[in-house]
Amino acid sequence: MTDILNALVVLANFVLIPATAYGAQLALGALGVTLIYGILRFSNFAHGDTMAFGAMVTILGTWGLQSAGITGGPLPTALIALPLGIAATVLLLLATDRFVYRFHRAAGSPPTMFVIVSLGVTFVMNAVVRFIIGVDDQSFSDGERFVIRARAFREMTGLDEGLAIRTTQVLTLVVAAICVAALFWFLQKTRTGKSMRAYSDNEDLALLSGINPETVVRVTWLIVAVLATVAGVLYGLDKSFKPFTYFQLLLPIFAAAIVGGLGNPVGAILGGFVIAFAEVTITYPLKKVLGYLMPESLEPDGLVQLLSTDYKFAVSFVILIVVLLVKPTGLMKGQTA
Amino acid sequence: MRGAGLYLLVGGLIVGTGVVQGWNTALLILNMGLVSAIMALGVNLQWGIAGLFNIGVMGFVALGGLAAVLVSMPPTTEAWAAGGAQILGGLALGAATVVAAVLVWARLPRRWRVWGTAAVVIAGFVLYRQVMPGGMAAVEAVNPAGTGYLGGLGLPVILAWPAGGLLAAGAAWIIGKTALGLRADYLAIATLGIAEIIIAVLKNEDWLSRGVKNVIGIPRPVPYEVELQANADFVATAEGFGLTPILASSLWVKLSYTMLFAAVLIILLVLAQAALTSPWGRMMRAIRDNEVAAEAMGKDVKGRHLQIFILGSAICGLAGAMMTTLDGQLTPGTYQPLRFTFLIWVMVIVGGSGNNFGAVLGGILIWWLWVEVEPIGAWLLSTISAGLPDGSLLQDRLLAGAPHMRYLTMGLVLILVLRFAPRGLIPER
Repeated sequence: MTDILNALVVLANFVLIPATAYGAQLALGALGVTLIYGILRFSNFAHGDTMAFGAMVTILGTWGLQSAGITGGPLPTALIALPLGIAATVLLLLATDRFVYRFHRAAGSPPTMFVIVSLGVTFVMNAVVRFIIGVDDQSFSDGERFVIRARAFREMTGLDEGLAIRTTQVLTLVVAAICVAALFWFLQKTRTGKSMRAYSDNEDLALLSGINPETVVRVTWLIVAVLATVAGVLYGLDKSFKPFTYFQLLLPIFAAAIVGGLGNPVGAILGGFVIAFAEVTITYPLKKVLGYLMPESLEPDGLVQLLSTDYKFAVSFVILIVVLLVKPTGLMKGQTA
Repeated sequence: MRGAGLYLLVGGLIVGTGVVQGWNTALLILNMGLVSAIMALGVNLQWGIAGLFNIGVMGFVALGGLAAVLVSMPPTTEAWAAGGAQILGGLALGAATVVAAVLVWARLPRRWRVWGTAAVVIAGFVLYRQVMPGGMAAVEAVNPAGTGYLGGLGLPVILAWPAGGLLAAGAAWIIGKTALGLRADYLAIATLGIAEIIIAVLKNEDWLSRGVKNVIGIPRPVPYEVELQANADFVATAEGFGLTPILASSLWVKLSYTMLFAAVLIILLVLAQAALTSPWGRMMRAIRDNEVAAEAMGKDVKGRHLQIFILGSAICGLAGAMMTTLDGQLTPGTYQPLRFTFLIWVMVIVGGSGNNFGAVLGGILIWWLWVEVEPIGAWLLSTISAGLPDGSLLQDRLLAGAPHMRYLTMGLVLILVLRFAPRGLIPER
């Protein structure tokens, strides 16, 4: 019995909890990608760098607050600086839309044109972020590091294995849940949210019913800025901030959005967790877990690590390909055009 | 007419660089520009002519680099003896698993095939993990500081260029078979993912190409500087031109590369141009412009797409092998998508997608810009920050920012070209 409990604790400590936090971060990122796809109808390759930009402004704000002696107490100071990051990202995205995308919308450019334009935007945002904060790792998490420490957990339960829950992991889930709830409330209940969904479902019909497309687009960018900044800050708090890793996050984020069904917000959340759990489970050495569960004679010799962590991209990629081949619209029905 | 003028302008830029920064720098830029032009030709074939959205260029370029190592480096006999057979066995097992999985998927009745395929894949993976790690460890244990990998075939490095093309073509065939039926955005993500995976393999599989320990000292197709300096005839000729032997030898080496690369580029350009104007090229463009209509006319859209995807990727692989030859080393850590995928895209778009001459022009022009933006940016930033107090935070930031000017410039160039001249400098005819 205690063996099973110990195995569960190890699994929770190294797989379930980190994967849940990572999944929530991916889900927030994928929601942004999927909203852009649903409303503006293109895959926004600049999303990873948008997240990096939002996180960067928040980090600068955090440093400012810290040097002024203001901290969040047990919570990371970055939470106080978050509105600043969101505001800056909103301005950035609205300006990008005004000066870059609006022209192509008016000209009726094909979706691939938008994608290539977004590559240009990626370059620029990448440069801006590196210019301002540099290319190095930045750690900006402060406050209480753990909610439960491994040692305290061991003493509390009398098990051999410890369970540590980091503040950033709990925070990620809470903040992500608030964001998602607010987003769905907005999309389902408010007039603007409804017009967004109508625009996404059938553009011509929406225009006929007097929906102003420019308002819909502006609100979309606004929401995307909030989601991207929150995702970027949470990821940075949980791991660390490095501009290049944010660019690389594009792959799991897109995989999550596509696996869930591009253009479908519920699917994006589902996809985020599917990708995160697969990635963490497959790249974690399961030896310890199996060691508790199996009789001693059957205990595995190796680490039972299916893939080294360097191949985590391969996991999201394989899931992506399998879903696309088996069910091209994604797990939840997304838009196909 | 306009094209000729633009080519003259690019020539002028190279000559100007030679006059201002020295001919070594100019030839360095030109050589890499020629390689970039070949990559741009490959992407232009896929995007400009067939409309395929491949953003995994980096992966194919890296495979070409791998070919350079596998073909030209001397074999490590000790390592082969230690674990070569085991690794070959493991690889064969892996390949057999994939083939078996595909067959099971195709042959079994619908309700069984998911389970059957999964069973084959899992069994194959377990077997593979039994065989492969032992061989890898044995090979990597052989003199890890010097070799620690299987080495290559020890053949002349020129042979690596077509081999790089073949390797990339093989990868493209696998990718194309699975991903080409997908929508443009999906193909883009799939190729982006494949490229990251290829780089991850190169970084981690030490037995193959030493991973991040890099392979250095890849043999050259041209003479070494020291050999030239020891050659009395060469020294005499150099002095006849009024050059020191050291300068003359380094210029001659670079010039030899330039001639080799230019020859490859011209051959490929002639072929690409012939393909573009042939009935095959017209069919490709017809498919690009309207897939449904082309299919209704009886054209095999999927087959043609696969064909041109493989051709374009092979050209990128060839260019990748040439680049690794020029560098004389394979450094997997330096492959970054912004530099090796998206920069090539900027070249094609700026040059003029759909026009081979445009792609080549864009390749050389954008490469020149990519290299020169850094010194220009550094000069600009130091001028701006000169008025600031020394050692101030802002000044530090500005000066440290010079390398990032490249990304900024490329992004702005791409956005501006797409807005004001979406057809590029030399538009498609």
